[in-house]
Amino acid sequence: MSDAPPTTGVPPAAPYEAGIWVAGVRHRYGRAEALHDVSIDLPAGATIGVIGPDGVGKSTLLGLIAGVRRLQAGRVVTLGCDMADRRAREAFLGRVAFMPQGLGKNLYPTLSVRENIDFFARLFGLDAVTRQARIAQLLDATGLAPFPDRPAAQLSGGMKQKVSLCCALVHDPDLLILDEPTTGVDPLSRRQFWTLVDQLRARRPGMSVIVSTAYMEEAERFDWLVAMKDGRVLACDRTQAILRRTGRATLEEAYVSLLPEAERAGASALSIPPYRDPGGGPAIEADGLTKRFGRFVAVDHVSFHIGRGEIFGFLGSNGCGKSTTMKMLTGLLDVSEGSARVFGRPVRAGDLESRMRIGYMSQAFSLYEELTVRQNLLLQARLFRFSAGEAERRVLAALADFALEGVADLRPGGLPLGIRQRLQLAAACINDPSILILDEPTSGVDPAAREMFWKHLVALSRGKRVTIFVSTHFMNEAARCDRISFMHRGRVLAVGAPEALVQARHAATLEDAFVACLEEAMAGDKDSVPVGEASAPVMAAAGRHVPATGIGGWVARAYAFARREAVELLRDRLRLLFAVGGPVVLLLIAAFSISFDVNTIRFTVCDHDHTQASRELVEQFQGSPYFVQQASSPDRDALEARLRRGEADIGIDIPAAFGRDVAAGRDPAVGLAIDGAVPFLGANIRAYAEGVVMQYEQAMMREKGVIRLDPSPVQILPRFVYNQEFRSVYAITPGIIMLALILIPTMLTALGVVREKEIGSIMNLYASPATVGQYLLGKQMPYVLVALVAYAALVLLSVTCLGVPLKGSLLALSMGALLYLFAATGLGLLVSAFTTSQVAAIFGAALICLIPGVNFSGLLYPVSTLSGLGYGIGMVFPAGWFQIISLGSFTKGVGAATFTTAGLVLAASAMGCMLGARLLIRKQEP
Amino acid sequence: MRRWGITVWLLCRKEALSLRRDGVLLGLIVFAFTAAILIVAYGVKAEVSHATIAFIDEDGSTLSRQLREGVQEPYFQAPVLVDRRTARERLDRGTLIFVVDVPPRFEADLLAGRVPSLDIQVDATAMTQAGLGVVYLQDIFLHRIADAMPRPVAGPAPPFHLVPRIRFNPNSESAWFTSVMQIVTDVTVLSIILVGAAVIREREHGTIEHLLVLPVSAGEIAVAKIIANALVIFVAALLSLLLVVHVWLGVPLAGSPGLFAVCLFAYVIAVSALGMMLATIAPAMPQFGLLAVPVYAVAYLLSGAATPVANMPTLLQKAISVLPTTQFVSLTQSILYRGAGLETVWLPLLVILISAALFLLVALVRFRSMLARQG
Repeated sequence: MSDAPPTTGVPPAAPYEAGIWVAGVRHRYGRAEALHDVSIDLPAGATIGVIGPDGVGKSTLLGLIAGVRRLQAGRVVTLGCDMADRRAREAFLGRVAFMPQGLGKNLYPTLSVRENIDFFARLFGLDAVTRQARIAQLLDATGLAPFPDRPAAQLSGGMKQKVSLCCALVHDPDLLILDEPTTGVDPLSRRQFWTLVDQLRARRPGMSVIVSTAYMEEAERFDWLVAMKDGRVLACDRTQAILRRTGRATLEEAYVSLLPEAERAGASALSIPPYRDPGGGPAIEADGLTKRFGRFVAVDHVSFHIGRGEIFGFLGSNGCGKSTTMKMLTGLLDVSEGSARVFGRPVRAGDLESRMRIGYMSQAFSLYEELTVRQNLLLQARLFRFSAGEAERRVLAALADFALEGVADLRPGGLPLGIRQRLQLAAACINDPSILILDEPTSGVDPAAREMFWKHLVALSRGKRVTIFVSTHFMNEAARCDRISFMHRGRVLAVGAPEALVQARHAATLEDAFVACLEEAMAGDKDSVPVGEASAPVMAAAGRHVPATGIGGWVARAYAFARREAVELLRDRLRLLFAVGGPVVLLLIAAFSISFDVNTIRFTVCDHDHTQASRELVEQFQGSPYFVQQASSPDRDALEARLRRGEADIGIDIPAAFGRDVAAGRDPAVGLAIDGAVPFLGANIRAYAEGVVMQYEQAMMREKGVIRLDPSPVQILPRFVYNQEFRSVYAITPGIIMLALILIPTMLTALGVVREKEIGSIMNLYASPATVGQYLLGKQMPYVLVALVAYAALVLLSVTCLGVPLKGSLLALSMGALLYLFAATGLGLLVSAFTTSQVAAIFGAALICLIPGVNFSGLLYPVSTLSGLGYGIGMVFPAGWFQIISLGSFTKGVGAATFTTAGLVLAASAMGCMLGARLLIRKQEP
Repeated sequence: MRRWGITVWLLCRKEALSLRRDGVLLGLIVFAFTAAILIVAYGVKAEVSHATIAFIDEDGSTLSRQLREGVQEPYFQAPVLVDRRTARERLDRGTLIFVVDVPPRFEADLLAGRVPSLDIQVDATAMTQAGLGVVYLQDIFLHRIADAMPRPVAGPAPPFHLVPRIRFNPNSESAWFTSVMQIVTDVTVLSIILVGAAVIREREHGTIEHLLVLPVSAGEIAVAKIIANALVIFVAALLSLLLVVHVWLGVPLAGSPGLFAVCLFAYVIAVSALGMMLATIAPAMPQFGLLAVPVYAVAYLLSGAATPVANMPTLLQKAISVLPTTQFVSLTQSILYRGAGLETVWLPLLVILISAALFLLVALVRFRSMLARQG
């Protein structure tokens, strides 16, 4: 790219039309400043590498240039677009492609290769014809054409990155930003990836490419370089110019020479004393080790022996079975076939003794983010059964050994990856293990930190005779192992000392040897991915697309989100089952259980009188179908005790001389002691008892004829409307439908946004021209549909199974339900937008729905009888309004006209929730 | 055994440290045991209370006015005067529960001894209000009419009279009931979610796997998780009972707080173990959330905290007596309201302990297979 503009200099006065111009940019996360006053000036149409150790702010800078991260201070002008100008930035997003860090981070694991690319194409507003053409071309060019229907989750790391690249390129961007695209990918796939990028660029020379990378040898292929350290730019120049200026042959050396004097000291060459087998049998033996997950064979008859004190390396790409093999050796996973022995003892899952001798470091950071460095180490040491004092001593030693003293009281979350990995190694070594099993300990760690890490390993191996079993995808690390094994797709391709492997293949380097091995292995492999044979001219045929605009374009983007969400949901059978099954179970159980019908009232009698009169009174209760007699109470204390023990609900206390007093007209008092622990029940018991006694008294008076009873002067006629039989099921079923349709649909969407934030796929929203409104609406639609299915099932069950007739209009009920489901799923999205973790979202959704749902929405107590705050909540919460529609349609049989207000309120609350969520979600990373 | 204790203690302490860092979660726990309890205690009236009532007064007499004036709080809201159409509309919309229809010439007919009729329309879908409300209205009207008769209806003196005394909640205060029941509900929901979500989060972050390569058994991890989280909920619930319910709302606690604390702890352990069991079934957080909803909702509806267990069909009553939530509600009512002792609540306590053991066992058995599945 010799036609690139001149080198960095004074930033131009006017925004730089063509290239990337960054001036005085600062960025902080909380108190930590990630970028200090960064200014760079880069040409368009070039390839630009951003290099530097981990945690120096590369990703932050790329995010700012792409416009996916919020600018805090300074100016960024990318391809003539000022990132501070919201409108301009949003228009610009259609011209840029951003591929975030992490293997397949922007892909959706259950979607197929084609569906993933198709989603991005729709997001960027491509029409059907362009979409088809573009996807076909990209699949051809990347060699993915043979498996368009394979789910992304089942792709190897290299293939995932190719799919990600396809997704990024599908809208034919002017600027391609790749954040560490090849980290964790095997060398063959890595080569293929860069060949691919070069080819694509050759066909579209105008496209600018910015790549951040931790592999210095890769950076040499870029026209321009930005070298960074600690949030500052060390150099920003043409690659050749940097090499010339520093006078070094390789970029790795050039980078080190750019560092301040003080930091270069650690970069001396690492020398490893030769390995001598101390004898005593191998430390680790694997024979025909095999692991199957269902039909998938993750590890296929792997055999190797590792000597005591040896450094043994596993070299292979992500997903080749390295981690699974290691987990089997630690006992984390059961062995499907074959045997694994550690110091001659077979590995068993529950074998705590052998765990005392093994230190294990998993690929992902697996210490506690919530604990400080010191607390993590202390917990680890104490769990290894050291006394508090000994643990304390070991932690201090470990902090010193691994140079962690400066960060001892910080939490790992904010630390650079290199330090986090060092912490993990310190934790794994805290018990002086005889064997260290390290799963990609240096993945994503910058060169200097890796050097430091390996010094520790060598010291442990040669100094303390610790056997080290390490997996890596770095060639220079593999070359340091005493022996290595090449792994691919669950099989070991070759084992031996690195030099021996190079010689056996007649290769120049270890990487070439591995690549040769891989190519040989893939020759007969149906999954092999050829590359570089793209026959179709990419990009040329389709030309520049014009994204759909106006209302059609708006709907199309929302549809892209909806379609993707729907496919994901359809593939998640369990979630579908719960979404529909949950409400059904709830309805069936509630309809059979909730009842206001008084069944039996248990009574006990304390009869101090024992006359005909008192017995007659008791007989009245015995004769009532509602009352059931329990054992009698000899005295008042016994009666009270019965009530206290819950053996009776009411105690009838007949005084001595009751019969005599009645006969004499002295109006004696009969005590009723009623269990009022449950007030509703207490009031009912009282009413029933009084009813029984009143009837008895009237009968007594009539019978005796002593006093002629006046006929009542008035006839009071209660008429139970809507539910003449006064059956609970008619009153409760509509309410349970209301409850089920707020509890479950809200939970369906409550994780929608927050989960994407945790996983990182929300980046696709940030990096696309789609709006938050389209995103939210698209996310809502599939869940509304699923919830509608649940609603239909509930109505069907109510009418058929429970025998609750739908007296009113099905159409009115369904319209109401539709609005209600929009409100419920909208509420879920609002919760999701508001919370910061999935746990909090589940918690919040549960509380927000359950408390008003059962208390303030008319399920048991009509909203009209509530007062104060309860009434307020009932009026604001959508459930109470749907209760009016549900109860009205089912049991009251009233028409749609009655529901106008309720319908309007539901619509308003649906819109309110979505608006709230819209305002809470920012379309940029902080 | 000592080793086991130390490991569990260490892991518990770790849980406590983790929880302390999660401000949102702590905030939600505090909300659930303070504001949520008060909202429900003040907002919900479990019996006839503040019920809406209207009169269609076609008589317009002194008597019909007196009838109206007799209808008063706390049982009824002040009656409103409506015409027939509005009455129907408002019944349809659910903003009225009772409509009293005073026919033309009601007072005159009454005085002339023509026995007029007084219609009361009741929205029978409002089950908690309708049945008893009618009884109360009849009582009010009969008394008012009797007072209004020029010559007192020489009501023959009844042969004896009743002195009803409501035990354990003499003034039938709803708040006594609803506040305590809300604590039980919150304990159930929070325990299930807190423990279940904590397990899934650790699984997703790989930290459980990390613990399993240390000399730590799956049992120790599970037990520590349950104990630590249960302890937090236990303390929160107990404080809520003492400070919010007893001190603030002034609800007397009849029974032994110690006995209740023991039972509460057993119950919290049981539902926490249930939460862990659910977490081992669900593959990830979204499925766990959906699985938890029907579990706690059904547990709530069947517990007796919503509607009395005594009202449920007899067969169902037998079936749900094995549910720890139902037993805990029954036990809570016995101890806190009726002041019952261990001799009364030993059976519910036993059921809770057995279910705790059962849930724990299933959770432990599934715990390891869950990890294998995930790899």
